[in-house]
Amino acid sequence: MTVVRHGFLGALTPAHRDRLLAFAHEASFPGGTRIFEEGGTADRFWIVRSGLVALDVHVPGRRAAVVETLGQGELLGWSWLFEPYRWHLGAQCRDDVTAYEFDAELVRVVYDEDPAFGLALTHCVAQVIARRLKATRTRLLDLYGPPGSGGGTP
Amino acid sequence: MTAPVPYRVVAHPADTPDTATIVLQPVRTALPPFTPGQFAMVYAFGVGDIPLSVSGIDGHRLTHTVRAVGAVSGALHGVRPGLTVGVRGPFGTGWELPEAAGRDLLVVAGGIGLAPLRPLVLAALAEPERYGRLNVLIGARAPGELLYPDEPWQAAARVLATVDRPDPAWTGEVGVVTTLIDRAAFDPPRTTAFICGPEPMIRATADDLVHRGVDPDRIRVSLERTMHCGTGHCGHCQLGPLLLCRDGPVVSWTRAEPLLMVREL
Repeated sequence: MTVVRHGFLGALTPAHRDRLLAFAHEASFPGGTRIFEEGGTADRFWIVRSGLVALDVHVPGRRAAVVETLGQGELLGWSWLFEPYRWHLGAQCRDDVTAYEFDAELVRVVYDEDPAFGLALTHCVAQVIARRLKATRTRLLDLYGPPGSGGGTP
Repeated sequence: MTAPVPYRVVAHPADTPDTATIVLQPVRTALPPFTPGQFAMVYAFGVGDIPLSVSGIDGHRLTHTVRAVGAVSGALHGVRPGLTVGVRGPFGTGWELPEAAGRDLLVVAGGIGLAPLRPLVLAALAEPERYGRLNVLIGARAPGELLYPDEPWQAAARVLATVDRPDPAWTGEVGVVTTLIDRAAFDPPRTTAFICGPEPMIRATADDLVHRGVDPDRIRVSLERTMHCGTGHCGHCQLGPLLLCRDGPVVSWTRAEPLLMVREL
């Protein structure tokens, strides 16, 4: 199994990375596949190996609004770590996607049995959440909106 | 302060609903050569002048990309071929691309920040043997606001784009431009980065690159303040110890970082 060294896995120590990958199996999804639905049970999670996954929000009466995309090395799904274990967003493949897939319940059991591993995993997931929160706040600023002058630099 | 030199508008392709690229040719005398990253003061007669980076350099012809957000930029956005504008310059520092010879190039642009980076990308593509891998990462508000989407260099270079607000037809990436750094192929210690866009975006990108091992002296950023005289006399563009029209707009991240952390500077 070829291991992606950057992204989510790159933030773990080699020992914890190997521990986590011991629970992984390879999964592939054709483009357009809906991997999970908002509000559904978060019983699995993935680390994307190739392809692009769009996270979306259900908007009644309208097409789901894509709020972010995830690519190689990124963690797909963190709701499995926190009660009530329900997906906050939906996920759909932009194109063909391969990923490491994990059984969330199994990982949670090991998480409880091995506090050092559990803490490391929590840190990594927290970093992902913090990064996405920061990115969301940055986008709220609408930085690319009309500035005070024309032109790129000046 | 030098007098504006007359340039005639010879082309005016529209890029986005509020952004246009104007190609200028000297009516008589040409200004000294510009280098990528430098800017000109472009004068709309009877309205005023604004600083505009060069978004293209072709012999004596200058290309500028202007977004209509005020009186002068609106007037320049509205010029048509045959009309004459005034130009002063070249002003400021450039990207200094030749100093990146042999290194990977990482170009990161936010919004209209792609305009000053365009001539750098074209120059790098013109000498592929001189540089390592070229990655161009672009962030924009919406798909319709991506600049130069149909230009051939977008296919020649490794270009990745992301938007904040996708429309239903958009099948690409959604999110902040820093997320694209993971998708780029470059060797951090052997990389020179060039960044232009809103300052929070510059800061986030530069911080990320430094964290990955890119030398802060090898990160060149283009800063924006109110340029006026272009010669370092009026002080309108002061940023701490720098007068950006003379000492910038392009500076190293080593110089820029402490200044961008000062509130309201």
